[in-house]
Amino acid sequence: MNSESIKKTAQLAKLALSEKELAEVTDQLGLILQHFQKISEIPTDNIEPLLTPTEIENFWREDVVQQELSPEEILQNAPLSQGHLFKVPPVVG
Amino acid sequence: MSSNQYEAVIGIETHIQLKTKSKIFCADATNFEASDNENASAISAGMPGTLPVLNKEVVEMAIRTGLALNCHIRKDSVFSRKNYFYPDLPKGYQISQYDKPICENGFVEIWLNGKHQKVSITRAHLEEDAGKSTHFGDYTLINLNRAGVPLLEVVSGPDMHTAQEAAEYGRTIRQIVRYLDVCDGNLEEGSLRCDVNISVRKKGQQTLGTKVEIKNINSFRFIEKAVEYEFERQVDAVESGQKIIQETRLYDPDKNRTFSMRTKEDAEDYRYFPDPDLLPVILTDEKISSHKKNLPEMPSVKMQRFMSQLELGESDALFLTSEKNIADYFENVFLESNNAKSSANWVTTELMRELNSRNVKIEDSPVEAKRLGQLIQLIDKKTISGKIAKTLLIEMWTNSKGPEEIAKEKNLTALNDSSQVEKIVQQVIDDNPDQAAEYRSGKTKIIGFFVGAVMKASRGQAQPDLVNQLLLEKLKGP
Amino acid sequence: MDPLKLSLFELNKAVQQKKISCLELTEFFLKRIEKLNPQLNAYLAMNLKAKEQAKELDQKDLSQFKLAGLPMGIKDMLCTKDLKTTAASKILENFIPPYDATLVKKLKKQGVVILGKLNQDEFAMGSSNENSYFGAVKNPWNLEFVPGGSSGGSAAAQSAKLAAATIGTDTGGSIRQPASFCGVVGLKPTYGRVSRYGIIAFASSLDQAGPLTANIEDAALMLEVIAGHDPMDATTSQKKVPEFSKNLTRDIKGLKVGILAEALQGGLHPDVEKSLQSGIEALKKEGAEIFEVSLPLLKHSISVYYLIAASEASSNLARYDGVRFGYRAPMNESGSTLDEFYSKTRGQGFGKEVKRRIMMGTYCLSSGYIQAYYEKACRVRRLVLNQYNEAFKKCDVILSPVSANPAFKIEEKISDPLQMYLNDLFTTSTNLAGLPGLSVPFSLSQNKLPIGLQLTAKAFDEQTLLNVGLALERNSLVKTENPHVI
Repeated sequence: MNSESIKKTAQLAKLALSEKELAEVTDQLGLILQHFQKISEIPTDNIEPLLTPTEIENFWREDVVQQELSPEEILQNAPLSQGHLFKVPPVVG
Repeated sequence: MSSNQYEAVIGIETHIQLKTKSKIFCADATNFEASDNENASAISAGMPGTLPVLNKEVVEMAIRTGLALNCHIRKDSVFSRKNYFYPDLPKGYQISQYDKPICENGFVEIWLNGKHQKVSITRAHLEEDAGKSTHFGDYTLINLNRAGVPLLEVVSGPDMHTAQEAAEYGRTIRQIVRYLDVCDGNLEEGSLRCDVNISVRKKGQQTLGTKVEIKNINSFRFIEKAVEYEFERQVDAVESGQKIIQETRLYDPDKNRTFSMRTKEDAEDYRYFPDPDLLPVILTDEKISSHKKNLPEMPSVKMQRFMSQLELGESDALFLTSEKNIADYFENVFLESNNAKSSANWVTTELMRELNSRNVKIEDSPVEAKRLGQLIQLIDKKTISGKIAKTLLIEMWTNSKGPEEIAKEKNLTALNDSSQVEKIVQQVIDDNPDQAAEYRSGKTKIIGFFVGAVMKASRGQAQPDLVNQLLLEKLKGP
Repeated sequence: MDPLKLSLFELNKAVQQKKISCLELTEFFLKRIEKLNPQLNAYLAMNLKAKEQAKELDQKDLSQFKLAGLPMGIKDMLCTKDLKTTAASKILENFIPPYDATLVKKLKKQGVVILGKLNQDEFAMGSSNENSYFGAVKNPWNLEFVPGGSSGGSAAAQSAKLAAATIGTDTGGSIRQPASFCGVVGLKPTYGRVSRYGIIAFASSLDQAGPLTANIEDAALMLEVIAGHDPMDATTSQKKVPEFSKNLTRDIKGLKVGILAEALQGGLHPDVEKSLQSGIEALKKEGAEIFEVSLPLLKHSISVYYLIAASEASSNLARYDGVRFGYRAPMNESGSTLDEFYSKTRGQGFGKEVKRRIMMGTYCLSSGYIQAYYEKACRVRRLVLNQYNEAFKKCDVILSPVSANPAFKIEEKISDPLQMYLNDLFTTSTNLAGLPGLSVPFSLSQNKLPIGLQLTAKAFDEQTLLNVGLALERNSLVKTENPHVI
């Protein structure tokens, strides 16, 4: 874990971090991951990853339309909107 | 030109919008014409705490499509999260099948240059569509109506080498999904979208060149043109020593050229991992085989059957199988008439002309397949002549009675009573003594004149065979 | 009549019999909140319509309800329609959900009056409730100490009796540890037992919501109400929900209780060790069969837990992007790119610990590292589950401490994230295996802080968990004591 990979990670995660924050998180994550990496000693050959821990039956919904919220309700928390659309800074340019 | 030393290597990714009523992971409607954010919900807007639940119909449609594409259907497919930020991607990730897609390893048969040709299908996976961004100068507006619409992405192998193959592949996929009724195949509205990957290499070379992706081409004709243009462009570049850059390009139909949209210098790191909100899609053998049993006959198989069993010509068979509704209609006509060739003729020419001129779809034809079949049967039984049949067809458009009944009502049945026809024939011969004499002197070709005259006199109702036979007898002379 | 002395069952009966009205009960708790909350900082937002809703309930036929007019507090991770829901984060500071979480709907359906939203660690990331954008919660037993986390507000409010019951969420111990620190019962149900719909996701394969209550019987009743298949959550089980409160029995004769061997090998605070020993004695006395069971991977479970939780969280928290809801960083009119828009919004909107975990998770999922971190952790997770399955071949429940130590002082550990993480030793493996866990207040430390004991049972066997909990509770030394603030 170095400042280069931390910067790349922050870029992927879309987190603006100050130089101070970057330095701090580099140190901390370095230590934390070093500790966590001890699990590499555990043999896991032929062990499938476990995702959902309990046995749950497949459940699929029927193809039925249900409209619960109005466009106004969908937009009620929007920081910025225009008409019934969300408004964001220009995507291109 | 040096371009004939090169070949194109083409693979196509097709996004098929599945024709469900609701979205893939929530109950929002999917209709195209909805007003702004009318088809959005807390779930499709990615609001905190909301969860996806898979639409059953989406699974059914994917299985059917996969089977129609001759794919292996996975009994445990997995939805993953593709993580990236974009304003029209509400959750910050797209739910998409990644390393365990529902369909794998299939093929389609496309019809090109008078024969079927296989194109391999690498995989077909389910995913959700993103919303729509509309860009203005200093801001962008986001509509989430499309966010969460179910897509099946069909990925072909890099098997194609010509623009014609690429276009025909696209048409065939469209034809198949319309046969299955899982997608309306509307390229303009984007319910079927094709991204074409193309690279060039010297013929005989095994390794692949750098591929360029051409996105969102909205007609098959344009696929052909775009591929042609892109092939030339890449060959020119290679020939002049330039490097092909891996990029996404768009096709501009007005200028008939492709232009660069974005380069893919750094491959984006999507951090795929299985979506813990959705369990693996577990399918049973029974489910898959029951879908297999209920699959309609696919167009390529149908076409071959029409040609070999019904002895139809290539162009008729191709046309009649182009859409399932046409094929169904034809087969129902044939079921009634028991005359394949005649049924094919009537459907492809007379019926289609009427449908097209009135802008009516075949499934809405007021002349149902059964009645058209009955009409053909009347011709074959010599109850009516072909000419009368054409008149009857127009009549049937507005009259829902059986063709035979209409013919009787309108007094359009053929004159099969030989004594009546004989009278007319005698009359015509008597009226035209000069021509009769000519015939008798050996100019037998003039019989055509008499046939025409008799038909005219009988208002087209006389049976041509009978007329011929009587004329021959009478003209022999006393 | 003193509502504080009644169980939920008794309170419901009292309301049904009109001995007290819904409105009176609501006002009773609102007054307590008004008086005590300024010291505790447990409630973040009050439901301004609580009294009105209580009045409406008073007009209704109450016989249909199991929790008629009972006022409760909800952790701010759960979306509440028209009531601000922030996850204790700046990024959701003004978010007003247009929908209720399924769990909240279920409570309302049984006549519950929502008093307000409870403080927590931001996005439930923390073990001390110090990571709240709205300030730390204080432990009602001693205001200088943390209430535990992340459901610190829920535990503190329940402990100070600022609600008839509260709801928390538990991803790696976030119900059980604060319940232990605050001397209340905390139940984390089996993964899949309770709907997660409308609960702000931290780590989807680990999160479960559950009740924090005054006693075991209340916990059983609460679970009964909130559990069950939800067509809005594909990860809820379709198993029938037992009538936990009706089936509750403290007769545990012959029941096999495994004592977690790893907890007996040292490392426990002396007061916790003493508590565990007297817990063992109590269960012996109640007729349980006692022996040791081992979970050799326990020491690795924290690593596995944090790797998985952070990975899932990095993706779950991607939706906080300033586009459709939540905080949006102010932008320079000219020259701000989309990238800046996202990075500033998220950089300013998330707190330190949340950013740390997003960074960790993003890194663990990124190409080149995913196999060694995320995938490896998922494989070890299966081994952890296998070890539990082996253990449960021998026993019905496992007894262990909730935490190696009682509540610690505010600011004591906050500067060392790794030490803070290691604090979750006994709770995270339960979530990894999806098992139900229960924290039962059992004894007091030398400086008068409560200590809870943890019980873990087989998946979907909350009944046995609650039964053994009842037997423990009977022998609890905390019952007669009250927190300092009361």
